[in-house]
Amino acid sequence: MSRTLHHLCLIWGVLTLTHGLQGEQKPRVSLDVELNVFESAVAPAPVEPIDKLVAANFATLGIRPILCSDAVFVRRVYLDVIGTLPTVEEARNFINDPDVANKRRLLIDRLLERDEFADFWAMRWGDALRIKAEFPVNLWPNAAQAYHRWVRASITSNKPYDQFARELLTSSGSNFRVGPVNFYRAIQNRTPKGIAGAVAVTLMGTRTDSWPKVKLEGMAAFFSQIGYKPTNEWKEEHVFWDPLGTSTTAGNTAPGRAAISPPPPPPAPKPDDKSPPAPPPAATPTPPPAVAPAPTPALVRPRSAIFPDGRKIELSSDRDPREVFAEWLLAPKNPWFARSLVNRYWAWIFGRGIIHEPDDIRPDNPPSNPALLAYLERELVVSHYDMKHLIKVILNSQVYQFSSTPRFKMPKAEANFASYPLRRMDAEVLIDALNRITGSTDLYTSAIPEPFTYIPEDQPAIALPDGSITSPFLALFGRSARATGLFRERDNKTLPAQWLHLLNSSSIQRKMEQSAKLKSLLDPSRKESEIIDDLYLTILSRFPTSDEVKIIGTYGLAKPGKPAPPAKPAAPGQPAAANKPVPVPPIIVKRREDWLDLAWSLINSTEFIYLH
Amino acid sequence: MNPIISDQGISRREWLKLGVYGAAGMAAAHAGVTPSVIKKPAKSVIQIWMWGGPSHLDTFDPKPDAGRDYIGPFTKPLATNVDGMRIGEMLPSLAKQADKYSIIQSMTHGNNGHETAAYIVQTGRQPDRLSWPGLGAIVSSFKGYDNGYKGLIPPYVVLTTTQGRFSECGFLGPKYKPFATGGDPAQTRFAVEGVVSEGISDERQRRRRDLLHRIDTLGRAMPAELHFHELDKCEDQAYELILGDSRKIFDLSQEKDDLRDRYGRNTFGQSCLMARRLVEQGVPYVTINYKGWDTHKQHFETMRRQLPVLDAGFATLLQDLSDRGLLESTVVWWGGEFGRTPKILWEAPWNGGRGHFGNCFCSVLAGGGFTGGHVVGASDSTGSNVVERPVHPNDLLGSICERMGIDPEGPLPNPLGQDLKVMPGGMPGFEGGKGRLKEIM
Repeated sequence: MSRTLHHLCLIWGVLTLTHGLQGEQKPRVSLDVELNVFESAVAPAPVEPIDKLVAANFATLGIRPILCSDAVFVRRVYLDVIGTLPTVEEARNFINDPDVANKRRLLIDRLLERDEFADFWAMRWGDALRIKAEFPVNLWPNAAQAYHRWVRASITSNKPYDQFARELLTSSGSNFRVGPVNFYRAIQNRTPKGIAGAVAVTLMGTRTDSWPKVKLEGMAAFFSQIGYKPTNEWKEEHVFWDPLGTSTTAGNTAPGRAAISPPPPPPAPKPDDKSPPAPPPAATPTPPPAVAPAPTPALVRPRSAIFPDGRKIELSSDRDPREVFAEWLLAPKNPWFARSLVNRYWAWIFGRGIIHEPDDIRPDNPPSNPALLAYLERELVVSHYDMKHLIKVILNSQVYQFSSTPRFKMPKAEANFASYPLRRMDAEVLIDALNRITGSTDLYTSAIPEPFTYIPEDQPAIALPDGSITSPFLALFGRSARATGLFRERDNKTLPAQWLHLLNSSSIQRKMEQSAKLKSLLDPSRKESEIIDDLYLTILSRFPTSDEVKIIGTYGLAKPGKPAPPAKPAAPGQPAAANKPVPVPPIIVKRREDWLDLAWSLINSTEFIYLH
Repeated sequence: MNPIISDQGISRREWLKLGVYGAAGMAAAHAGVTPSVIKKPAKSVIQIWMWGGPSHLDTFDPKPDAGRDYIGPFTKPLATNVDGMRIGEMLPSLAKQADKYSIIQSMTHGNNGHETAAYIVQTGRQPDRLSWPGLGAIVSSFKGYDNGYKGLIPPYVVLTTTQGRFSECGFLGPKYKPFATGGDPAQTRFAVEGVVSEGISDERQRRRRDLLHRIDTLGRAMPAELHFHELDKCEDQAYELILGDSRKIFDLSQEKDDLRDRYGRNTFGQSCLMARRLVEQGVPYVTINYKGWDTHKQHFETMRRQLPVLDAGFATLLQDLSDRGLLESTVVWWGGEFGRTPKILWEAPWNGGRGHFGNCFCSVLAGGGFTGGHVVGASDSTGSNVVERPVHPNDLLGSICERMGIDPEGPLPNPLGQDLKVMPGGMPGFEGGKGRLKEIM
């Protein structure tokens, strides 16, 4: 049943797509057959609001997008939603499922309930929230774990986004116990302005670099009363509202730092450093760095603050200014809050924001499709900040299900999401996929010897809680350094060194050579066609094309064929060979290494390495 | 201790005596121009990274009179082949090479955490808002593929694993990350990760590459103008390394046995030899990531085991570079993220250990136009504080940049699109320093 459907589909594709090639005898080698593996024959018909909003631009651009095939979809949606390859059975069942009308929607629903969904999206949030034990944010392992636990639990319970953000902004308590307080610790520059910058990037999708001084200082005032207080526990500290400035630890000092040597030379004088209410030293002695503003009364705690929209407010002594800020930010009409989230989620799914880069929202960087962005914002607010709902709305659109092999190239097509953008898999996703295919594991270590950092042997990389827990593979393939939380910190560009690793490293080779999983799959007693099917389903989540099967058939050790009865190999009407004695076709024998070469080729194909 | 170059710097007469420059140099000196301007810039850097923080007292800043609580068993520093320059007693071969290197005994940054200190020493920056690139990435950006480097071996190589504690490339991006060789050069076959594969013949490499191309269905389905051209280039480059001649560079069996013995038949020694072969091929930056110096416990047992290894590898590297005329064009930089506490922790659980110490430590510079045989700065009688000419890592890195022909005050092109400088002097908080190491340049 399964193969029949598949073949029917192929033939149907040939008929519909190659009608221009009438009379040609070999339509199977045409490009269109190959495309048919990746594309659906159904023409897109905009139904969902997203589709209509996106399609509006296509007409003017003269673009006619194409939908992707089921095989492409199953792989794509697994990798985008749970960061994990489908198993052979999952891929096979989905491709063969006859419920064409509903199966994509139902699959999306199922995936959103998987454990790996929480792992994978906690990984993405971990980049944005800078969950890392060591340099440069120095959360310390126990705190990084607490932070990650909180994020993951929030995703599992589908915590409304406004509540998620409120907890990040207003929590107080121990960095080991209250996960979200680490938001205020995972910042290199823990001054009020540095914190304001991190809040803007993380929750408003905007950068404060080019803000006028008054605007930044106005926002920084909301974060000028945060205290950090060490406890007796090694590297534990409390983050709390400290209106009187009682905490003695300067915001930039890591807690519990080894105090073996005399105190280090004084750090750079920072005019915006929080200091105890003691009278500040005369504002003259050291020449301020180039960027330093003129001496301001910033050393005294500001009594008023300015919201980023320009509204000024007096800070009252009986209310935590962080709460005042949160109230402003989380208001449904706030122009940054919902917008930055929907744009961020869009960018996580498509690799590109409607405003790009997704943390660079500013008036002179307009959205490529303002109506689309506005629709998603409304959708988020109306659904009470339901993040899973947002993902469903996006994934069920046809825009998400466009093919990634466009017949057009224009920058506008890319910005208008006329095809699914090709991207290399994230480092974590790629190594998990390789491990899943070969049934092997990777060793993850942290440079800090810490009992809190227990890493099980079969740890998937997407579930690593802490950016300091790493492996050479993750570093090589551009995992986020989690220093700034910017979207571009994760780098999926391809480098020659990465190719060297995939093509020829001992670690990948060992995974394949020693794989019990591949060994049983390649069991010589199995039928060749079954092995090929399973290899394709395991690695590329689809069935092979007939062309591919043919090519694979010729790969292996050629042994001289039996000279006795030649099995009539030549196609009828091929006179080319007529003047020679008909050569005996060699028999191709596949040794284990030939099968491994096939698996190796599939793993190194662009189709495997790229989301498509 | 016996600094030949005083805090005051060096007089012009002394420069002349050292004979480091000729008539042009005299003219330059006369005009008040730094002599370094007229030296040829260096071509490569070999960084011996002493991961964990080596003890300064037991290596290049011995304090024989400080007493047992500071120096333990190492009471007899060695005279070197430079008058008045003494180094630790476990480094006899290096004592014979002292004319080739200068010691900076007044390094300081004050940070005692591995990660932050490693960042400061390798980037020359105190932590701030940005994630700065390490020196290797800067050199790779100025001397690598962007600027005419054509070698197949990547321009920034680390033997054998990356330092890992911070992202070496910082905001410059992964293009400037080091290529980590993996493997172990002390093994019969140095299996450079990705380049030298065990058990796969060249014939099979070619065969399966061909198969890969033939079944690349998605690649062929892409319209020509959207094709993965960038990838194809990467793949071609990878195969030139896998199947081409460059891989022979990693074949240490081409070296004479006697020389290999002198380097030491261990990972560090053979890494030094490998580093020489790489700079010989024009690789601009090589890091030897030498682990095992974080000696909190039983420090002296470890020193007795490891210092002879360091001594043989480092000294042979200097001699070998010099014999081949490569020392002039190759900066060798030795040092870790900090030194170790001068006062020994005799009590359990340390049992004679030394902790982290960023307040005062030492580094060594050789070759590439740096003058040998000098001691820059000085620490106090126990090596606890800098008493003369404090040198921040920023000064040292800026000096190496300058020797590499990279203007430390010049612009650093960066993907952030910000107006940034390479390694500008004058660290905030360290304004008291004398800046870059003019006295040995």
